[in-house]
Amino acid sequence: MHQPLRVRKYRIFDVGQNSSYFNDESGTNLDNKAIIEKVARKCYLPANSVLLENIKNNPEFKVSFSISGVALEQFEKYMPEVIDSFKALVETGNVELLSETYHHSLASIYSPEEFESQVGLHRKKIKDLFGVTPSVFRNTELIYSNEIAKMVEKMGYKGILAEGADHILGWRSPTFVYKPTGTDNIKLLLKHYRLSDDVAFRFSQRSWESWPLTAPKFADWISSHNGNGNTINLFMDYETFGEHQWEDTGIFEFLRYLPGEILKNPDNNFATPSEVIDRYEAKGELDVPYYVSWADTERDLSAWTGNDLQKEALETLYALGKEIIHIDDPELLEDWRRLQTSDHFYYMCTKWWNDGDVHKYFSPYESPYEAFIAYMNVMQDMRLRLDTAQKNQEHDVSLHKVRPLRFSEV
Amino acid sequence: MLKYRNRLGKKQFLFCSCILKNNCSAYNFKKVANLKSPNVLMFGWEFPPFNSGGLGVACEGLSKALASSGVPLTFVLPFKIPISAPWCKFVFANESSETLDDTQIRKLFSGYQSHSYFSGIKKYGLPEFISGDLIERVRGYAKAAPNIARKNKHSVIHAHDWLTYPAGIAAKETSGKPLVVHVHATEFDRSGSDSVNKDIYNIELEGFRRADAIAAVSEWTKKKIVNKYGIPAGKVKVVYNGIEFSNNGAVIEQNLGRLKQNGAKIVLFVGRITLQKGPDYFVSMAEKVLAHEPNTFFVVSGSGDMEGEMIRQVASRGLSAKFIFCGFLRGEELNRVYKAADIFVMPSVSEPFGLVPLEAMISEVPVLVSKESGVSEILASALKSHFWDIDDMADKVISVLRHKKLQNHLSVNGREEVKAIHWKTAAESLISLYNSLDNAFSMFLLPSAPAFARTQVSDF
Repeated sequence: MHQPLRVRKYRIFDVGQNSSYFNDESGTNLDNKAIIEKVARKCYLPANSVLLENIKNNPEFKVSFSISGVALEQFEKYMPEVIDSFKALVETGNVELLSETYHHSLASIYSPEEFESQVGLHRKKIKDLFGVTPSVFRNTELIYSNEIAKMVEKMGYKGILAEGADHILGWRSPTFVYKPTGTDNIKLLLKHYRLSDDVAFRFSQRSWESWPLTAPKFADWISSHNGNGNTINLFMDYETFGEHQWEDTGIFEFLRYLPGEILKNPDNNFATPSEVIDRYEAKGELDVPYYVSWADTERDLSAWTGNDLQKEALETLYALGKEIIHIDDPELLEDWRRLQTSDHFYYMCTKWWNDGDVHKYFSPYESPYEAFIAYMNVMQDMRLRLDTAQKNQEHDVSLHKVRPLRFSEV
Repeated sequence: MLKYRNRLGKKQFLFCSCILKNNCSAYNFKKVANLKSPNVLMFGWEFPPFNSGGLGVACEGLSKALASSGVPLTFVLPFKIPISAPWCKFVFANESSETLDDTQIRKLFSGYQSHSYFSGIKKYGLPEFISGDLIERVRGYAKAAPNIARKNKHSVIHAHDWLTYPAGIAAKETSGKPLVVHVHATEFDRSGSDSVNKDIYNIELEGFRRADAIAAVSEWTKKKIVNKYGIPAGKVKVVYNGIEFSNNGAVIEQNLGRLKQNGAKIVLFVGRITLQKGPDYFVSMAEKVLAHEPNTFFVVSGSGDMEGEMIRQVASRGLSAKFIFCGFLRGEELNRVYKAADIFVMPSVSEPFGLVPLEAMISEVPVLVSKESGVSEILASALKSHFWDIDDMADKVISVLRHKKLQNHLSVNGREEVKAIHWKTAAESLISLYNSLDNAFSMFLLPSAPAFARTQVSDF
């Protein structure tokens, strides 16, 4: 679950004049507050109440969430009732919360130190809000590689999530627990993308031969895997329920009836990621030397780093970071982190066919170029702020140095 | 899965054409087509190289593409000019008179000019028939049309812009064949405002009403036809223009090249300098760009009734040193200027289509086009702004000048994109429009391709 802080139409004329990047109030797709309110109404609140009801009706039902810090922060600010409804879910004991980067960033690829800091920030946020500490990690957009698994293991996690992409699995099945290459104890859970996408993407697609998808039908598909695996991991955007698939598609009814249908078969049960990890031994080792993600048909990083615009923006961002972390300016640091959210780069994607349409659907900008231009203007303002902050710091240091000489003050 | 199906579809099509070839030789097939196939009587006003604007270019592109799809075509022009376009037969309304010479022709064409601008035109040694008032000339063209319709066998009449509508209507009255009118611009676009010439408006309205179908060069134009003329939307089909792709191998213009060696950036305006093209917005934008990127030059190619006004505006803002007016350029000269440009800007107030940005894209120049243009509907690798949003335009221009990566991305992808915008697509669209009026045209229709691409998400 995630909602970015979208950059407003920040123009060259704003550079050096004002540094509020995320405060669009137009009521359009760039207005973060309006979006939080809309999605909370359409998805988070109704979906949470269905889940709470499900847990009451079927105490065996389990579900888990990975909620970005940027999203949590916006709920607190604009829709605190969303936080309350998640607290109610966590209190049932049937809901597990996972760790991720606070800013839903690509730091795992660009800066291991920054990655660790953001994971720490997120842990703290989850502890503060919900009183629990996660033990399983899911990275931004399920971005994963051997290296990431190693970093995450070092941070003390017992499990990590990844896309069950065909090209990493080969003949193997995503229905088992694996051990990432180069690690000792951490276990890997893979998304069953066919079954997950049946709900997330195809649920309302009338041209799909299995439309309409009903709870009994889906429960049958799940049961058909029995004897051929330990776990079926359904990972999807929470916004699937009510936002990507609207209420009138029957998605909430599906969600309401699914647990009961699945539990009709005594061989089935529900488990949270850490329960699965505790219960099953790794079936084998999975070697993923290159990055995989759950995005687009390529299942790689091309949605965020595929073109020159995205690369330029990312390089500029992380180059700034090398200096920003040495400056004592919490606001500047926080803005820099907010600008790391992966969505900013996703909006700059120019893969026009097939996936391009999905990007267009998710993008609040009229074109990838608008996204790039606004972002790079912000980068110029960040540069100015950084220069000023550096000068001030030098100034403070020199003042500090001369101070002992002022005997009159003593 | 989807891709596999496409391949099958194509195979079937190839198979069909094999049967045809086995039954009759290619030569016979062509002969049969000429004898029995339906054909088009097309009324135009100008034709390259004797053209004042996009109307002639469009007529050339469309007629050529229709001819290469096998559609027999007779192209009618009001005045006898020495053209040789081998793909179609030409008929001149003033057949009896002598061929005009170059200077006469240049004075004559006014397809996209406003009526008032040309009504005061002097005789310039032109033959009596064509020296009069523009509207009179349009009427004169119509008078010759019935005879042309009788002499040239046709199954559909196609008339381009208001100058030829009366001729198209007269031909329809004579032969009773269906009439297609093609809208390259409306009087509202030409005047750049709502104060339009009544006579021209009425000719357009009559043409739209009497036509059996209307082709519009964009959704933007279609909307005008529906909203300003009260024509039912169902009667209007959008047929986007195309462009013939040819590499720009020109050498960079010398003086501009020298400026660029000193690190200067070039922002380009190409088009007639008239209210419609938004030259005043270009000047305002330039001022804002210069405040952030002072080493920038603004090159203006074109002429028109607002040229003097534009130069005055530039001077009064103190920007004269940063503007280069190079007059009306075409062909190689223009290509050399494209080679120097860092970005091309088309701030048109109302542009039914707009071919010039496509030329710029062929030359690998990034383009910024107004959202009030037809061409913006079909471009992806282009920047778009409202013509009145000076801040937005300046912001985008500065970004392109500052970020080499953005500039490269737009120039490389723009060039690729424009390759797919060809007249063949427009011709196919027209053939299916003709076919809706006379189903004999079905023989020129390609088997419809299965709907592929643009499917949501992807096939899993």
